[in-house]
Amino acid sequence: MENNDSFMNMPDEHGHFGPYGGIFVAETLMEALTELRGAYEKYLGDPDFLAELDADLQHYVGRPSPIYHAERLSRENGGAQIYLKREDLNHTGAHKVNNTIGQALLAKRMGKTRIIAETGAGQHGVATATVAARLGLECVVYMGEVDVARQEANVYRMRLLGAEVRSVSSGSRTLKDALNEAMRDWVATVDDTFYIIGTVAGPHPYPAMVRDFQAVIGREARQQIQDMTGSLPDALVACVGGGSNAIGLFYPFLDDKEVAIYGVEAAGEGLETGRHAAPLCAGEPGVLHGNRTYLMEDKDGQIIETHSISAGLDYPGVGPEHAWLKDTGRAKYVAIDDQEALDAFHRLTRTEGIIPALESSHAIAYGLKLAATMQPEQKVLVNLSGRGDKDMHTVAAIEGIAL
Amino acid sequence: MSRIAARFAALKAEGRTALIPFITAGDPHPDVTVGLMHDLVDAGADIIELGVPFSDPMADGPVIQRASERALAHHVSLGDVMDMVKTFRETDGETPVILMGYLNPVEVMGYETFARRAAESGVDGALTVDVPPEEGHDLIQALRGQGLDAIYLAAPTSHRQRLEMIAEAASGFIYYVSLKGVTGSANLVLEEVERKLTEIREVTDMPLGVGFGIKDAEMAAAMARIADAVVVGSALVSRVEANASKPDKIGAELKQLLQEMRQAMDAI
Ligand SMILES: Cc1ncc(COP(=O)(O)O)c(C=O)c1O
Repeated sequence: MENNDSFMNMPDEHGHFGPYGGIFVAETLMEALTELRGAYEKYLGDPDFLAELDADLQHYVGRPSPIYHAERLSRENGGAQIYLKREDLNHTGAHKVNNTIGQALLAKRMGKTRIIAETGAGQHGVATATVAARLGLECVVYMGEVDVARQEANVYRMRLLGAEVRSVSSGSRTLKDALNEAMRDWVATVDDTFYIIGTVAGPHPYPAMVRDFQAVIGREARQQIQDMTGSLPDALVACVGGGSNAIGLFYPFLDDKEVAIYGVEAAGEGLETGRHAAPLCAGEPGVLHGNRTYLMEDKDGQIIETHSISAGLDYPGVGPEHAWLKDTGRAKYVAIDDQEALDAFHRLTRTEGIIPALESSHAIAYGLKLAATMQPEQKVLVNLSGRGDKDMHTVAAIEGIAL
Repeated sequence: MSRIAARFAALKAEGRTALIPFITAGDPHPDVTVGLMHDLVDAGADIIELGVPFSDPMADGPVIQRASERALAHHVSLGDVMDMVKTFRETDGETPVILMGYLNPVEVMGYETFARRAAESGVDGALTVDVPPEEGHDLIQALRGQGLDAIYLAAPTSHRQRLEMIAEAASGFIYYVSLKGVTGSANLVLEEVERKLTEIREVTDMPLGVGFGIKDAEMAAAMARIADAVVVGSALVSRVEANASKPDKIGAELKQLLQEMRQAMDAI
């Protein structure tokens, strides 16, 4: 059924979400993207492919992930009831694997034998190395030199899984430079290589494809919360780095107009300091990494460095669909600073016995603020995108504890 | 006729192939760029391609990435680059200048402002690497409105339908990327380049330049046999890099390489 009021019929055939998205890459990549788009359109409508994907999500990832009523937290906080979508319980500890499983299956169908990926915190790198190991595919992960140094444990995990981790020393030596380097690799290796992007960024079809693989989060949650409580939630909350866990939760709810939607960016040391990672809250539209979206840039259009306590939110762009949801007003984007995220990290850990990832802690922090302004019979569903094991060193270091 | 078209027409009449050197504006210091442009012309450049530094040069190899970084250390902006061209034009009204860069600085300036200021500064064309024809409509309109050429890339992977789209969008010349890879890569196969140029000639009469991976006089001469223009980038920029700490030496270094190429190309 054609529905012009729907928020669920984006992007258009050129990968545009209103003025955002699209395909902004050199000619050298156009054919590879056309080939990928062909495969994506073919297999995401193919019952055999979808059945294999579903089976993997169930038996290998451990889906469906539960939703959990954080009763004690809700009671102490006051206001609305807080529900958590437990992506932290997935194999490898975050939502990232939903996407890597899907793209790796696609790579196999396309006959590719080599996988490349970019990673910041290392979560997407680990999720990619994991599926590559399982499918017997060669795997190279690009990671900024700065991140290699501060995420040693994940570098080791990737190597254990058989991946080659290539340290990137160009530019700011962080996630955005790792993405540049992966693209450069891909230009030269398109014949046998599949590039698994870790979030809803990049040129079309990546933002749509990654969303479709992550939308399992929202599909499950929409059913689960109705089964558990008899109705839809009043609000959704998710953290936004590139925006994949957020769009995964939001997408199946976009046409439920009564459900308010909040994306939470990293305010770092504070939006007013300029040291943050909040392009939707404090950036400008521009073009980076193959798509038009909100960016952190200077007055000359150079991309600037981001700051956040959580490496997974440390990205100067954001998925183009979020840019469009912001402009249309369907979703609201807010920011939580490092200290607020840390406080939420401890609060969830102490009151519910769940240690959240620092990325997810941003969502928890805003969820708590929001719930406090609402009524006890209302419901806020927060995406707990990952678990905090990977952040033990970061949090301990902040508290002056050497592990 | 645009300065670029006029230059190609003149070269064709003489039976010569255009030599197009690339340097990054502001590398290693903004003060040396205009002087280097004149040196390139002295050494036989027919057209100059001037790189606009960008923080995230996704299609460039390490050599040109580092050139961008050196220029950005001096905060060289798109506006600064156009000012350099303006200064160059004070004493050279003939040699066409093309800006090569990425879209975001142009987005921030605005397409119309960019095109107007470029034309006022004496720029002749722009190659915006990350804007394929599909996304190029508004930018091409703005450039054409100021009489500027929109240069487009074609790649080994561009099939017939894409080549037609590129020919439709481009003016001035088409820049064929002679290998699968980023700028400065190594694996260039002459026969494959020749085959592809023949294919592109089936869809357009525009001059065809070849670049990415041309490192020395011998290669330049080989390309000159089959192409209308030879673009040399990383080979020059690595000489800039090697002399970054003694900038007064750079001009002579670039001239030497370019003259070798010029002679080899003219000898075929
Ligand atoms: C647990 C977790 N949540 C969120 C993110 C942010 O990514 P995205 O915004 O694509 O969900 C990351 C990225 O590393 C992550 O590891």
